[in-house]
Amino acid sequence: MAAEFKTPEYRPFPTVPEMQPGAMSHLKPFVASEAVQTNIGFPGKLEEGWEGRAIDKMGELLGKYRSLKVFMDSCVHCGACTDKCHYFIGTNDPNNMPVARQELMRSVYRRYFTLPGKIFPKLVGAKDLTKDVLDQWYSYYWQCSECRRCSVFCPYGIDTAEVTMAARTIMDHIGQGQKYSNEILGKVHKIGNNLGLPGPALFNTLEGLEEDVKEDTGVDVRFPMDVKGAEVLLVTPSADFFAEPHIDSLIGYAKVFHAAGVSWTLSSYASEAGNFGLFNGSYEMMRKVAMRIRTAALELGVKRIIVGECGHAWRVAYAFWNTLAGIGAGANDPFAIELQKQLDPNCKQPTHICEYTWDLIQQGRLKFDKEANDHRIITFHDSCNVARGSRMGDSPGGQFEIPRNIIRAVANKYYDMSPETIREVTFCCGGGGGVLTDDLLELRVKGAFPRMEALNRLKEDHGVNFMATICAICKAQFTKVLPYYGFKMNNVGGVHQLVSTAIVLGNEH
Amino acid sequence: MNVIFAILFYLATLILVGGLAYKIYDFARTPAPLKIPTTPAPTTAPGVVLRMAREVIFFESLFKSNLWIWAFGYMFHVGLALVLMRHLRYFVDPVGPILAFIQPFGVYAGFAMVAGLGGLWARRFLVARIRYISTPSDHLMLALLIGIGLTGLGMKFLMHTDIVTVKAFFLGLMRFEINPLPAHPGVYLHLGLVALLMIIFPISKLLHAPGVFFSPTRNQVDNPREARHVAPWAAQLDSGK
Repeated sequence: MAAEFKTPEYRPFPTVPEMQPGAMSHLKPFVASEAVQTNIGFPGKLEEGWEGRAIDKMGELLGKYRSLKVFMDSCVHCGACTDKCHYFIGTNDPNNMPVARQELMRSVYRRYFTLPGKIFPKLVGAKDLTKDVLDQWYSYYWQCSECRRCSVFCPYGIDTAEVTMAARTIMDHIGQGQKYSNEILGKVHKIGNNLGLPGPALFNTLEGLEEDVKEDTGVDVRFPMDVKGAEVLLVTPSADFFAEPHIDSLIGYAKVFHAAGVSWTLSSYASEAGNFGLFNGSYEMMRKVAMRIRTAALELGVKRIIVGECGHAWRVAYAFWNTLAGIGAGANDPFAIELQKQLDPNCKQPTHICEYTWDLIQQGRLKFDKEANDHRIITFHDSCNVARGSRMGDSPGGQFEIPRNIIRAVANKYYDMSPETIREVTFCCGGGGGVLTDDLLELRVKGAFPRMEALNRLKEDHGVNFMATICAICKAQFTKVLPYYGFKMNNVGGVHQLVSTAIVLGNEH
Repeated sequence: MNVIFAILFYLATLILVGGLAYKIYDFARTPAPLKIPTTPAPTTAPGVVLRMAREVIFFESLFKSNLWIWAFGYMFHVGLALVLMRHLRYFVDPVGPILAFIQPFGVYAGFAMVAGLGGLWARRFLVARIRYISTPSDHLMLALLIGIGLTGLGMKFLMHTDIVTVKAFFLGLMRFEINPLPAHPGVYLHLGLVALLMIIFPISKLLHAPGVFFSPTRNQVDNPREARHVAPWAAQLDSGK
C-alpha cells in the first residue's frame, strides 16, 4: 500500500498549480471484502452484469434525487471550480478538479440518459461504463471528501459531494464498496459506534475519566452513561472516548454540564454521533444509524439532545435528523409525535455543544480563568461540514461566530487564518468524507496542504501553536498529518479542550 | 425557402417549448429528499428568493470564484438579454415606447455579447485547466452563439436586409400565414443558426438556465430543525417501520 510520496512544499506565493494528469490515478482505497459488504446488505463482489446494474441504480438515483438530476444537466464547463478543491491544489491531478470529478459520472449519464450522448457520444464527451471507467470512479470518487467547497463557487450551486455520494452508492450496489467505510457501518449497526467499543469498555473508560478529572481538579465531575431520566442526552463521536486530543473535549463537555448543574447522560446503545451513511450517500443506511439516537432518546426519556464536536455528525444531526428520524421540531406526523411530546420544545433539537456552552457563557453561568490558556496561541479551523452544511444559533453564519466566541471567552490569544481559507470557504482537513484511512495516506497528506499553508503563515506571523477545531475527523487527520508539515501532533485540539483548561469549577454539586 | 424556414421555426419552437416544459416538469417532480442548502443560507423563504435573485441577476457565486469568467459571462448574458429584447420588435406591431427606447442599447449589447463569447472561447484555448475540461460540444456551442451574433451584427452594419419583410414573415408565422423572407444569405444563416440553437436548447448544457432555479443547494430554506422535510419516497420508509 502506502507507496513513497512527496509532501508538498510551502509556496512563497500560492498560485493555481500546474496540472499533472494521472498524478493520483494509482491511489485507491482497499476494496471491501465479501464479508464486509454482505454484512451491511450489499453484494459481496463485482459480478458479471454489473454494468447494467450500475446504470439501473443510476437511473433510480436520478429519479430520487433532484440534486443529482439537476447537477448532471446543468454544468456548462465554465471552469470556476477548477482551482477550488484542496485535493487538486495538493495533488495537481486534473481529475481532482471538481468539474472533472463530476464529469466521470456525467459522461456516463450522457451516454445512457441523454439523446445527444446516445447519438453523438464523442461530440458531447459521453462514455460507456467500462471497467476502466469504473476503476477511475473508484479511484477519484474516493479522493473527494464531500466538503462542498466547490458548491460555494459554482454559479449553479452544483455540489460535487452529491455526485460523489451517488457514485459511491452505485459502487456499493454492484459490490465495489470501500473497506474502511463499510466496515465502520457494520460496527455501528452491531455495536453502536464506529470504533466497535462495547458498552462495558465504555463504562471503564468513563470511570477512569472521572478519577483523572478528580485527581486533576479535585472536583467530582461525573461521566454518566445510560442514566434514565437525565435531562440531556449527549451524543458524541466515539473517538471522544479514547483518542487524543478528542478525549480532552469530552472532559470539557462534562465540566460544562457539571458547572451548569444539569443532569446528563451518554448512551451505550447510541454511542456514536458520526454517521458514515452520509459518506456513502445511502439514505437508508444514514436513517438506520440515526434511528439509534431516536431509540436511545426515547428509552432514556431525555428532554434534550446535544451533539459533541464532530463535523459531519453535526451536519447529519442538524440538517437530516429531523428528516430521517423526527428529531427536531415542527413535525406533525405520527412518526415523530412520540418524540416531540418528550423533548423540550423550548430548546433547539438537536443542540450543538458549542451552542449550549455559548448560551451558558452569555447567561454568565460559567467562570473562566483565561490565563490558563496563555501558553496557547490559538486559531480556529472551520470544519467543512459545519461551515457549509449546517448552522448554529439563530442566524446564518452562527456556525462561524459561536465557536470563535467561545474561544475568545476562554483564552486571550486568538488569530484567524487568511480569509480565503476560513468560514464558508474553509479548506477541508483532507481526511473527511470517508477517506480517513491509512491506505489513503498520500491523499490525506496532500489534501491538507492548503490548510497547512494557511496555518504556517500564522505560525510565522504570530507564533500560533494551537489550531482548535470541532470535528473528530479533523482532529484525527491533523494529528496524523501535522508532522509532515513541520508541526507537532498536539498543535491541534478541540474547542472544549480549551474550555476544559480554563473553566473554574467549584464543588457546588 | 419560405416554407422551409416556416416549418423550421414551427418545429424549433415546438421543440424548445415542449422540451423545456418537459425538462422543467422533470426537475420539479424529482424530490429533494434532504435539506442540502450550501450554508450560510437564508432561514426564510423571502431570503431564498433574494439569494436566488442575486445568483440569477448578478451571478454572485461566479463573482466570488473567478472574475474573468464572471466578466465575460456577464457581458454575454446581459448582452444577450438586451439583444433578445431588441428583437421583440419583430414580433409586436406597433412597437411600443419602451421597446423603441431600448433599440440602440440592443445594438451595443450585440457587440458586448460577441466580445463576451470571444473571451469565454479564448479561455477554452488559453487556460490549461479549462482546455482540459472542454468537450467538442463546448466549442461548437460558442461557435454557434458567436455565429448568431456576427450574422446579426453583419446585417446591421455590413449588408443590410429588408427587415420590414423579415418582420412580416414572423408576424405571419404567429397568425399561421407564410409570408416571404428576403432572399438574403445573412438572413438565412442567422435564422438557421437561431433555429438550431432553439432545437438543441432542451438537450444540452443550456439547461443550466432552468437548472439554476431547481438547484437544492441554492433554493432551499435553512430551517431543518424547525420544520420536518420529507420526500414522498422517504415517507414510505417511515410508515414501513
